[in-house]
Amino acid sequence: MKKLLEGSQAIAQIINRCKPGVVSAYPITPQTHIVEDLAKLKADGEAEYEFVRTESEFAAASVVLGASAAGTRTYTATTSQGLLLMLEVLYNIAGLELPVVMTCANRAVGAPINIWNDQQDAMTVRDTGWIMLFAKNIQEAVDLHLVAYKVAEGINQSVMVNMDGFYLTHTMEEVNIPEQTNVDRFLPKFKPVDFLDVKNPKTFGYLATQKEYQEIRLQLHEKVKNSRSLIIKTMKDFKNSFGRTLEPVSTYKTAGAKTVYVCMGSIYGTAKIAVDELRKSGKPVGLVAINMFRPFPDKEILAVLSKMKKVIVINRAVSLGAEGILTTEIKKALYGKCKVKIADEIVGLGGRNVSVEDIKNLLV
Amino acid sequence: MAKYKNNNLLFPGHTACAGCGQNMTAIHVINAFGPNTIVSDATGCLEVTTTKYGESAWNVPYIHSLFENPSAVASGILAALKSRKQENKKTTNQESEMPNVVVFAGDGSTFDIGFGLLAGMFERRENITYICFDNEGYQNTGAQASGSSPLGTETTTTPIGKMSWGADQQKKNMVAFAVSMGAVYVATSTAAYPKDIENKIRESMKYQGPKYIQILVPCVPGWGIDPSKTVEVARLAATTGFYPVLEIINGDVIKVLKTSALKPKIEDYLALQGRYKHLFKNDEGKKIIKKLQKICDANIEIYGLCPTCEEHQILMQYRDK
Repeated sequence: MKKLLEGSQAIAQIINRCKPGVVSAYPITPQTHIVEDLAKLKADGEAEYEFVRTESEFAAASVVLGASAAGTRTYTATTSQGLLLMLEVLYNIAGLELPVVMTCANRAVGAPINIWNDQQDAMTVRDTGWIMLFAKNIQEAVDLHLVAYKVAEGINQSVMVNMDGFYLTHTMEEVNIPEQTNVDRFLPKFKPVDFLDVKNPKTFGYLATQKEYQEIRLQLHEKVKNSRSLIIKTMKDFKNSFGRTLEPVSTYKTAGAKTVYVCMGSIYGTAKIAVDELRKSGKPVGLVAINMFRPFPDKEILAVLSKMKKVIVINRAVSLGAEGILTTEIKKALYGKCKVKIADEIVGLGGRNVSVEDIKNLLV
Repeated sequence: MAKYKNNNLLFPGHTACAGCGQNMTAIHVINAFGPNTIVSDATGCLEVTTTKYGESAWNVPYIHSLFENPSAVASGILAALKSRKQENKKTTNQESEMPNVVVFAGDGSTFDIGFGLLAGMFERRENITYICFDNEGYQNTGAQASGSSPLGTETTTTPIGKMSWGADQQKKNMVAFAVSMGAVYVATSTAAYPKDIENKIRESMKYQGPKYIQILVPCVPGWGIDPSKTVEVARLAATTGFYPVLEIINGDVIKVLKTSALKPKIEDYLALQGRYKHLFKNDEGKKIIKKLQKICDANIEIYGLCPTCEEHQILMQYRDK
C-alpha cells in the first residue's frame, strides 16, 4: 500500500522492517529525521533493536563495527562532516569485511560550512572499500536498503546507500514500504559465520606486515569489484519479489541519442524533464544515471556511452585541482575503448538549485 | 618438543621485549576475567605483539579496530550481545549467560586520543570493564610524551636540552575523571602486584556498570630500565606513594596499598630509570625531584597510604625475614 511519507520517515520504517539488532547514530543535518524516527519507533515499543546514542559519528561508526563483529545486523546513518569524521572507521569496517549498512544523506563539505545537498561527502570516501549505491528518488532509497542488507550479508562487505540530503530526506513522496512478511522472505534472519563468540574464540583486526598486507588488500579490491554480480542479481531478485526495477545504470531516451547527460542521484528527475523538452525541440539527447558507484559499472557505461558522440557529465562533487569526480570515473570506464567527447560540468554545489533550463544550457 | 600444558588465555606467546610490564600483566588480567570474555583492544604494543597475521596469541574472542575507539567498539559488542540474548530468549525461552566485555588500551589511547570515546562509554553506563595499561607515554612509536607522562620525564617529544628538563606537564588524573564520570568501580595497581590485579578484576565483576582499572606497566626500552628491574620499578612506584594503589567503589576509596615500611624516597624510584637520569645532574633537576616527592607526600596524605603503627610492625617483620 502506498503512503505519503517524508523520505527520512520512509527510511526509518524500512530499516525497522529489516530488523537490525543494533542501531547507532549521531545527529547531523540533513540525516537527523532518520535517527529521530528510529529513536521514536524504539520509544514507542515498535522496534526491537538496541539504540546506542553516541557522542560523535566516530563513536557511532565504532559501535556498529563492534556490534557487527559480534554477529548482529547493524545500521547507522550520517552525512557530510559526520561521514568525514567516520572516515578512519569506514576503512576499518570495510577492511574487517563487516556487513554494516549505512545511509548517507548527501551534503556539502565545509569550508565554508553549508548544510545543503551535493555529493562531495560520499565521493570523498569512495576508496574505502564500501559498496556505494545512489537513489534517484525516495522509493528507490527505500528499496536499495533491502538490496544493501542482502548484498552486505551475502558477501560480508559494508554497503552505503546514498540519498540526496533535503531533496530526498526532507521531501514527501508516495512510497510503498514493503510489508513485513515480504521483507522477511526477501531478507531472512542474519546468520553470521565468523563473529566474536566465546564458544569459538577468533581474532579480528590482526597486524599484517609487508609479507601479507598487499595480498589482503588486493583480494579485498577484487572482492568489491566482483560484488557487481551479486548486486545485479539481488536487484533482479528484488524486481521479482516486489515488482519495482532497480539497476546499476538507468537510461532514459538513449535510443537514437547522440548526446547524453550522465548524472547521479535525485537530479535525474530534473534532467529527465530537460531531456523531454530538448527532444521536443528536435535535439537527439538522452540521459544516464549511475545507481551503483562502487563497484563502478564500467561495462554498462561503456555499452551506452560508446554509441554517443558526446557525454555531458553532471558532477555534484569536485576533486579540487583535478575535475568533477564522476567525470574521472566515466573517463576510466571508457578509456581506450571509444572516442566519445566528454564534457566535465560541475553544478549544484552546496544546494544551489539546478533548474531544467540550467541542464538544457549545458548542451551548448 | 615435549608438550606442556598451559591454560593461559594469552598463549602460546608474544613478541614483546624481555621484561615487558604490559604483556606479563595482561596474562594475569585476561586469566582473571576467564574464558567467557570478549576483548576490544586499542592499537598499541599489546595488540602488535600478540596478533601478528596468522599468529594470534588470544584464546578468547578478540577484536582490534583502531587506536582511539576500543571503548565504542566494546559498546557495540555489548549492544549486540544484549540483542542476541533477547532474540535467544524469544526463540528458546531461555536466559543465556552474558560474556564479560572488556577494553584493553594503553595510556595514549585512554588519556589522549580515545578520551572522548571513553567519556561516551562512561556516560552510557554500560557494563564494560576498561583496563588501561599505563606506561606513561607513546612507547610503541618510540617513547613520545602522552597526557600520562609525569613531570620531568624525558621522552622523544619532551627531550632534554638547554631549555628543557623533560615533560613540563603533570600527569592527567584519569582516576579522578573515571570517578567523576560515575564509574562504579575504579582501581589502580602496578605490574608488581599480579595477585592484587587478579583480585581487583574479580571484585570488579560483582558490579554492574562502567568500571575502570588503571595499571602501571613499566616499559623496558621507553623507560630505560634493565629488563630484570620491571617488577622492582613497578613496586617502588607504589611504595613511594608516586602511583597510589587504590580501590574506589561508587566514588569511595575503600582500600589502599600502604607504602613500604622502608619508606623509599622518590629518588629510589627515579634512579632506576634512564628517563629520569638528567634530574640527578644539576640543581634544576633536583628542584623537579623535590616537586615529585611533594606529589608522593600529597598522595600519602590524601589516600592515607602511611602504614599505622601496627601495620608498620607487621611490615618490619616481613622486612627482617
